[in-house]
Amino acid sequence: MNIGTRKILDRSFTAVGIGSIIVMALALMIVVVPIVSNGIGAIFFTGTIEHRKMLHNEFQRGNIQNLASEVASSDRYRARLYEMLTTFEGELETMVPEKKREYKSQYSQVRTALQALLGPLPGETIPMLTRFKYGQTRWEKAEERLHELLYESKWDNSDADVMGKEYFVSRAKAFEGTSLAPIFPYVKTNIRKMLLPEFTLYWGFITDSSVDSHFFGGIWPEIKGTFFLAIGAMLFAFPLGVIAAIYFTEYAKPGFFNSMLRSANSTLAGVPSIVFGMFGLAFFINTLKVSESKSVIAGSLTLAIMILPTIIRAAEEAILAVPKTYKEASLGLGSTKWNTIATVIIPAALPGIITGGVISLGRAAGETAPIIFTAAVSVGSAIGLADVFSSPTPALSWNIYNLASEHEAAAQIRHVQYGMVLALVTIVLLLNLSAIVLRARISNKLKG
Amino acid sequence: MTIDVMTTSESASAKKATRDIYLPPERKIVAGGGTAHIVAKNFSIYYSEFEAVKKVSADILSKYVTAIIGPSGCGKSTFLRAINRMNDLIPSCHTSGSLLFDGEDIYGKYTDEVLLRKKVGMVFQKPNPFPKSIFDNIAYGPRLHGVSDKKKLMEIVERSLRKAAIWDEVCDRLDKNALGLSGGQQQRICVARTLAVEPEVLLLDEPTSALDPKATAKIEDLIQELRGSYTIMIVTHNMQQASRVSDSTMFFYEGVLVEHALTAQLFTNPKDPMTEDYITGRFS
Repeated sequence: MNIGTRKILDRSFTAVGIGSIIVMALALMIVVVPIVSNGIGAIFFTGTIEHRKMLHNEFQRGNIQNLASEVASSDRYRARLYEMLTTFEGELETMVPEKKREYKSQYSQVRTALQALLGPLPGETIPMLTRFKYGQTRWEKAEERLHELLYESKWDNSDADVMGKEYFVSRAKAFEGTSLAPIFPYVKTNIRKMLLPEFTLYWGFITDSSVDSHFFGGIWPEIKGTFFLAIGAMLFAFPLGVIAAIYFTEYAKPGFFNSMLRSANSTLAGVPSIVFGMFGLAFFINTLKVSESKSVIAGSLTLAIMILPTIIRAAEEAILAVPKTYKEASLGLGSTKWNTIATVIIPAALPGIITGGVISLGRAAGETAPIIFTAAVSVGSAIGLADVFSSPTPALSWNIYNLASEHEAAAQIRHVQYGMVLALVTIVLLLNLSAIVLRARISNKLKG
Repeated sequence: MTIDVMTTSESASAKKATRDIYLPPERKIVAGGGTAHIVAKNFSIYYSEFEAVKKVSADILSKYVTAIIGPSGCGKSTFLRAINRMNDLIPSCHTSGSLLFDGEDIYGKYTDEVLLRKKVGMVFQKPNPFPKSIFDNIAYGPRLHGVSDKKKLMEIVERSLRKAAIWDEVCDRLDKNALGLSGGQQQRICVARTLAVEPEVLLLDEPTSALDPKATAKIEDLIQELRGSYTIMIVTHNMQQASRVSDSTMFFYEGVLVEHALTAQLFTNPKDPMTEDYITGRFS
């Protein structure tokens, strides 16, 4: 091959390489940017007075005097609105039956929209679910609800061949001529005075327990559960994995039995995680009965089995990478095999072993399938260390799935879902970062 | 090797003087007259089927410096590593015949190889200090064998480093990582580390092949310092080195011990024509 062709080949390969890296970076950005921006929105957002009421009633937090004066000023505008509603209800009674029926159904829609915006209207019984006790706590959602109040959404199904089209009809027009008509411009102009939006920093999103199935956030039980599960898994898997790796590299004699063990280990790394979940349920809970039902310990054990092959592989490679001369030097000084392993080989292999361990820890924190049957519940309070043997726990990975697909109000709590995803991504990222730092520090120490 | 001619001849004459001073009385007697420290009788080493060392019989005398020379792949390193059972690390390696150390069979059924290696120290071809501080490197052996008193450890470390002629260079940075030293210094640290265990025999497996001429000269000086105190065996590719540092020399060829004699005799008046061909450079 002549030099010109070689250079062209080199350059085109460089171009392909850089191109693929750029594509990957773009894909990563597309995934990460919405997670970060929406996730941060769970903590920093424009909150309404309903949010502050909720904080005060459910968590006894916030300045009571401030809140009271705010409620007073908001109620002044709300009272005027409620007065108008009462007037209209009086008018409704005097209407002819046909008109009354027509207006009544539309009026009930207006009331529902107002409830969603401002919370329960006067004279109604206080609802059981916390989410209905308050109006919109977030300003951007309040704006959506306002639109629902002002416009009725209708579907145009006239053409049978195409999908129905949504279009909006102004409610003010529908009620034209009645005493309800003025409330629409009234709410539109005074919505800020009724809800008093202001910039809010809601740390409670992370540190609170959930109220009414995560409707307002509160993911502390999930974070705590994730930590318990992942660290529990490490407590089982790390020592076992390192011991197995030492056996494979230092003690195992080549033979049929050992090659079987090795290939079993590799196969185990490729087993789908849901299978581990089923195995955990069948083995740890039903057979060994480590706990009566789902529990943190059963979940940790299942996760431990799942990450074991990775830890073994990483530790094995780290040990094999230790120069053979260290071993010879130590043995040559009259050291026993075990002493050589403990004082020379393991310390030299430590950076690699720890990296493998922390990456597995991140994986254990993020896995969903193995804990579905063994440890996870959708809603629960934060558990203490003493409960790990008996009680299940909510966990970030499982609750992300649960909130996004199983939750009855999934569409209304997108910010909570994003906040949870961001929390999980941050935890895994921090773990990996700490692995990098730890590795760098230890290998610096080894290099001198 | 590009050692300055002046320095070589100078150091050669200096060494000749030291040799006379340090020679123990029995060394003035011809080879075989001293006490034998290591005795091989029909000793063979095999890698699976291949016989790497063939029926070697030799007496290695106490407190002598014995050089082992021969072309690559002649089994000289294999023979050296057999003496402290380093070959155990190779699963396919096995032996026949007998190899005695202080009258005890090294490959005996009840021989404790850990105890043996404590008495028979080894320095390897490539400097291999542990990735620990200089102090911890030297103290590694004594700690293994139960010395934990800080003061006593410090004594041992200083004594070993002084014996290895490197104390002056490292005494102010004992807590620094040994991997930060130069190759020659690292090799002397390795010698000091071996000496700290107080062995009786010192095996040097081509200790200077990875070093530059200056560091090589230092290691050779060090061997001169240590002669008379330890039984030293050194494998080397460099015949000048063998003739400079050793009292007796073994010449291996294709696993066979061709000739074993006092160095002066072997290099000036070899009995075997093959030895003569090798030392005169007719093959290598």
